[in-house]
Amino acid sequence: MAEYIDHELVHKRLPRRIALNKTVRGLFLASTLSGLIVLAVLLFDVIRDSWGWLDWQFLTSVTSFSPEQAGIIGAISGTLWLMMIVGPLTMILGVATAVYLEEYVKEGRVRTFFETNISNLAGVPSIVFGLLGLTVFVRMLGMGSVVLAGGLTMSLLVLPIVIVASQEALRAVPSYLREASFGMGATRWQAIRTVVLPAALPNILTGMILAMSRAIGETAPLIAIGIPALLIPLPGSLFDSFTVLPVQIYYWTIDAALTAEYAYMAAATIVVLLVIMFLLNATAIFIRNKFQQRF
Amino acid sequence: MAQTTSVSELIKQKRNKSRRMKLEKGVPVLLFLAASVSVLTTVGILLTLIVETVMFFTDVSFREFFLSTAMQPLNRSDPSFSILPLLSATLLSTGIAMLVAVPIGLTTAVYLSEYATDKARRVLKPMVEVLAGIPTIVYGFFAFTFVTPVLREIIPILDRTNILSPGIVMGIMIIPMVASLSEDALSSVPNSMREGAMAFGATKLEATIRVVIPAALSGIVASFVLGISRAIGETMIVTIASGSNKNLTFDVTQSMQTMTAYIVEVTSGDAGAGTTAYYSLYAVALTLFLFTLAMNMLAKYISKRYREVY
Repeated sequence: MAEYIDHELVHKRLPRRIALNKTVRGLFLASTLSGLIVLAVLLFDVIRDSWGWLDWQFLTSVTSFSPEQAGIIGAISGTLWLMMIVGPLTMILGVATAVYLEEYVKEGRVRTFFETNISNLAGVPSIVFGLLGLTVFVRMLGMGSVVLAGGLTMSLLVLPIVIVASQEALRAVPSYLREASFGMGATRWQAIRTVVLPAALPNILTGMILAMSRAIGETAPLIAIGIPALLIPLPGSLFDSFTVLPVQIYYWTIDAALTAEYAYMAAATIVVLLVIMFLLNATAIFIRNKFQQRF
Repeated sequence: MAQTTSVSELIKQKRNKSRRMKLEKGVPVLLFLAASVSVLTTVGILLTLIVETVMFFTDVSFREFFLSTAMQPLNRSDPSFSILPLLSATLLSTGIAMLVAVPIGLTTAVYLSEYATDKARRVLKPMVEVLAGIPTIVYGFFAFTFVTPVLREIIPILDRTNILSPGIVMGIMIIPMVASLSEDALSSVPNSMREGAMAFGATKLEATIRVVIPAALSGIVASFVLGISRAIGETMIVTIASGSNKNLTFDVTQSMQTMTAYIVEVTSGDAGAGTTAYYSLYAVALTLFLFTLAMNMLAKYISKRYREVY
């Protein structure tokens, strides 16, 4: 019988192949960890720079040219104002769109059209949304760079995220729940309102919170609509000027070339921003684990 | 049979029923209106960009915009508008970012999908994804105040603002995107294929390189293309760390301005509405929009067209 496999050759090569496999495994692990190491360095750098600057006075003072007196209460309140628009608006529009696509249209060209549009919109750079806001809300509708203009711009930006998350949440609700409520005599809307939406709510909320955390960290569109670099008065209505944490970080970072302390203040603001985002994400994970039903 | 419901109750029921029917008909209309907001957003973006770009090209020729090399929008006596310096900066920073994100992202994906134990994956994957959740402004701060000074110790000729450092940091930002999309592609390759390769005596590495990666290639390439699109549209990192020099150059140690950073500079600067500099904003933004749109569509095409179905 002819020898198809040269056993001697195989055995000669085997140790090297196994060694290579082990080496590469180690290299790939190192590569995976390298991303995490950068993350650790980044956090360490930011926290070290902010050391000594992040105190109660910093959190509760309005901004100022003098580093010792400056604080971020204006940016914090601006961020909260922004969330008060983005939260409800994207929740209503996002869930309504998702319900329309998942419960009413279901299949066909209309749905493909909407979904293609939404996925393309999700890929548009955020700065382009900023230009849309600048052109339509700030200039055309004459709002100026106020809370409402910023909130509307930001809502359009995160809307695709909320829609997709809500669609997934609705899709996870099993159809027997719908059919059972139809069987009890419910109309389509009654079934959606009383059965489907409550069942999907935890997942919708999780997606919402993640979208909020994206909106809180987003900088470029707000700079494009013209938020001022130094703003003393706190916003009191939807038609007041405002600033937010990331925009404050931006202006302090680029001014750090002039006044070194600004870099430390930017770092302290970053710590506040990251803590807020961490809390939001922790809430999202908590809601998911606590209320998510498995069907 | 005795009538148990009074007439007034019947009327009430009837009215309720008709109100319910109205609701049943009205709700889809309202939902449709909500859904059309996203379509209107797209229309709004296209209209604003196109209308103002047309205004721009009444002042500046196509030739100047695409073929000349000087970009001096705020020069009072002789302003010039060429997108090439911005385009070269965008392509350079994207290229540097992909040099970082592709090898690290792909090897991370392979490690998580092929080598890591379940336990290790459950710990490592969310940690890698934290990188994607960090706001870009924070990466910008990191590039400007940490990475650039460190790089200048190694490369003394590096300018205080340059395209190298934001490029690298952008790459780090994109790692989780490449890693998680590639990992999805790798994990969807059925185990029978790995087992088949190993039954022939392949090591894990050989099975991965010869069998698993080729089978998942469309998803992996799509993740690279999406990463490119993300890098082209990234704004804050380059705005902070790469300065505003508009010279046409390919020297990565120099300050350069990307398309996105140009938009930020002009909107936050003092180019008044109606000036050519102001309109140039939209011409640049439209170019940016078309680039990212093309990349996103390409990614979709690749993952659809070349997907192997098992």
